[in-house]
Amino acid sequence: MATIELTKLIKRYGKVEAVKGIDLSIADGEFVVFVGPSGCGKSTTLRMIAGLEEISDGTLKIGDEVVNEREPKQRNIAMVFQNYAIYPHMTVRQNIGFGLYTSKLDKAEKNRRIEDAGRILGLEALLDRRPAALSGGQRQRVAIGRAMVRDPSAFLFDEPLSNLDAQLRSQMRIEIKRLHQRLKTTTVYVTHDQVEAMTMADRIVVMKDGHILQVGTPTELYESPVDVFTARFIGSPSMNLLPGRKNDATVSVASGGDILIGVRPHDLIVRATASDDKTALSLTGTVTAVEPLGPETLVHLDIDGTAVIATARDKFVPAVDTTLTCTAAPGNLYIFDAQTEKLLSRS
Amino acid sequence: MTDTPALSHANIRPGRIITWTLLFIGGLIMISPLLFMFSTSLKTADQVYDLRLIPAAPTLANYISVLADGRFMRWFLNSMFVAVTVTISNCFFDSLVGYTLAKFEFRGRYFIFIAILSTLMIPTEMLVIPWYLMSSQLGWLDSYWGIMFPGMMTAFGTFLMKQFFETVPNDFIEAARVDGLNEFQIWWKVAMPLVTPALSALAIFTFLGNWTAFFWPLIVTTSKELYTLPVGLSSFAVEQSIQWEMIMTGAAIATLPTLIVFLVLQRYIVRGVMLAGLKG
Repeated sequence: MATIELTKLIKRYGKVEAVKGIDLSIADGEFVVFVGPSGCGKSTTLRMIAGLEEISDGTLKIGDEVVNEREPKQRNIAMVFQNYAIYPHMTVRQNIGFGLYTSKLDKAEKNRRIEDAGRILGLEALLDRRPAALSGGQRQRVAIGRAMVRDPSAFLFDEPLSNLDAQLRSQMRIEIKRLHQRLKTTTVYVTHDQVEAMTMADRIVVMKDGHILQVGTPTELYESPVDVFTARFIGSPSMNLLPGRKNDATVSVASGGDILIGVRPHDLIVRATASDDKTALSLTGTVTAVEPLGPETLVHLDIDGTAVIATARDKFVPAVDTTLTCTAAPGNLYIFDAQTEKLLSRS
Repeated sequence: MTDTPALSHANIRPGRIITWTLLFIGGLIMISPLLFMFSTSLKTADQVYDLRLIPAAPTLANYISVLADGRFMRWFLNSMFVAVTVTISNCFFDSLVGYTLAKFEFRGRYFIFIAILSTLMIPTEMLVIPWYLMSSQLGWLDSYWGIMFPGMMTAFGTFLMKQFFETVPNDFIEAARVDGLNEFQIWWKVAMPLVTPALSALAIFTFLGNWTAFFWPLIVTTSKELYTLPVGLSSFAVEQSIQWEMIMTGAAIATLPTLIVFLVLQRYIVRGVMLAGLKG
């Protein structure tokens, strides 16, 4: 196990800077998730850590050692790829054992590690099969097994679940998380799926345009986003944003205002009956669509031309085209500067 | 529910009949020399000019005399040695160069590829004189090496392998790199097994091409012990009176390895031809 330290890390492709001088310290045994939209530099950063991309500038330390010039094999890291990268001409056993191809361990020890990885990942019965006879989830487990047997200092995952269907993805999320809790190996995980980031990470690193926007625990990022981008990227459905104006202690929706009022759909409540609860924001609009999810319903509203999502609880499903009022309780509003899009305060 | 129309003669379009007839005639034209070759090999010397396809008195005597002649077996083994060695060499070097051109970024890569590709446009006949001069100056005339060296690595093979290696996902290569393999091990252990169809097709093309090669071995060899089978068979025609039945018997035996190779590996030949066409 090892710490990973990125100092002013830069990656240039010709004149284009894909990663623009990022700083990050990853603690020993920590599970860190890089999240961001396509092209934000998260995979490039991971590949620099792996040694698959040259570092243009800055320093990368794994443990106490600067590894900028080290080959991937000298970094003692293991990587799991988006497309599994398990070899179709080898059996599951050979694929898992391939991680030990250059190792100097004796054959018995190699076999023991392969068997152990197979047992932990539930692949014992499949060890002599070829990848073509495996499901997507099983293939991904083989890829993880190949990484595990090497007993690396750190695991790197590059969008490992994006080729799986929704059900399998949620199952594999839990399996990877359990594996991390068991092995306690430093893990860097890249995804564009904020649900994966929220459910798996000890800390999330939000990236955009080659910069780190914010680093924090899932709760910190959800509760205290530094700007509009992070606020909308973290949480599903995305945070609603409305132009507004600040009047002393209160805020009101107004076009052309100097602030943006953010409110998460789960905090913007549509009720079947009127309530006397104190509100920080009250919006009235026409229902354009409803998404019943069972315990609650997402209600899409048109508020003076702005699309807003609210939540109806207690199995209340409003009819489309009706006019409704939704409210947010005090403390649930995020006030952003309309120009800089930075968070100003909570209200 | 809809009724499926029954197949009837009325459904066979005249265009189809013409196509099938032309294909049948074409097939017949192509196979007839082969049939006459086998037929002549079963005839005696006085029956050779009797053009009946089925000999009046078929005999295996020609096969026995050809196989009993030590020279024929020598030429057969020479051809086998040359064809197998050149095939192995092609599979190795063409794959290595094809892999390098497909998977490594380096200055001049595109130029090298174009330079290799451009040699495909030069006909073999034009290369024979430089090859001969080169062999002469290096002392390779009338030697196995002299027969083999021009074909040890080919532009076609390099092109074919490069196109195939480009279809191998980079993740496979990078995963092996992270696992600690060096570049040669990655090529050998990871990339090569993934391009087996291309490799088989290349092996078949190279083997067949070298097994039947006539022009260059004829020029570069003078000793009869170094003749390859096609050159040796042609010598039957020039050194004595033309013994057609013996030539045809030798040719029939020489066809067998190519027929076996084709029958065993024909799916790879078809696949290789298809892919070479598609990727180009």
